[in-house]
Amino acid sequence: MPRSVKKGPFIEDKLLEKIEIMNARGEKNVIKTWSRASTISPDFVGHTIAVHNGNKFIPVYVTENMVGHKLGEFSPTRLFRGHSGRLADKRSAGQ
Amino acid sequence: MARIAGVDLPRGKRIEIALTYIYGIGHTSAKQIIEACGVDGSRRTQDLDDDDVNRIRRQIEGNYKVEGPLRTETSMNIKRLMDIGCYRGLRHRRGLPVRGQRTHTNARTHKGSRRAIAGKKKAPQK
Repeated sequence: MPRSVKKGPFIEDKLLEKIEIMNARGEKNVIKTWSRASTISPDFVGHTIAVHNGNKFIPVYVTENMVGHKLGEFSPTRLFRGHSGRLADKRSAGQ
Repeated sequence: MARIAGVDLPRGKRIEIALTYIYGIGHTSAKQIIEACGVDGSRRTQDLDDDDVNRIRRQIEGNYKVEGPLRTETSMNIKRLMDIGCYRGLRHRRGLPVRGQRTHTNARTHKGSRRAIAGKKKAPQK
C-alpha cells in the first residue's frame, strides 16, 4: 500500500537540511547518507549523494527522472558474481 | 467486417468479448465502452450495423490508449527504469522478477524456460 498523501513524502530532515543549505549557497558537495528510505525530491536534482549500501557509499548523481524514487533504489545491496561451474572458471581465467 | 484500432474483431463472438481482443481493453473497459455507446453486449459482432461499430470506434479512439501507443508507453516506462539505474531497472535488464519474488525456485515466467547448466550431471534414471 502506498504512503498516505497527507503525510507527504519521507525525506530525512538532516539530509533535506543539508541539501537546502547547498542550494542556498549554490554549492555542490557529495553528501554521505545512510537514509536509503528517503524519497528523492526535486531539490536533489543535480547533486551527487553517496548512498550507503551496507558496505560502502555508492555515489548517485540525481537526475530529473529519479524524482519520486527512493535513494536506496540506486545503491544495490547485493553483489552477484555468477554461479560456479565451467562457465565461471572460463570467465575468471580470462580476466 | 468490424475493424477497430487496427484489429479485426472476431465475428462470431459477443461484442463485449470481442472488444477484449484489442490490446489494452479487458472485460471491464469493454463493458464500459458498450454501456457508453448504448449497444447490447450480448449481440454478436457480425450483427452490429456500421453505426454501432462507428460509435464504438469513436469511443475507443477518444478515451482509451490501445495497441501501438499503449505498447510504446509500457516499453518507455521500462526503458526509463533501466536508464536511471534503479533496482527495478537492473532486474528488468537481467530478466529477473522485479517485485521481490523468490528466485531460488520458480520465477520461470520472467526468466523464461530452463537453460541447461554446463557441466552439471543428470540425475541417474531409475
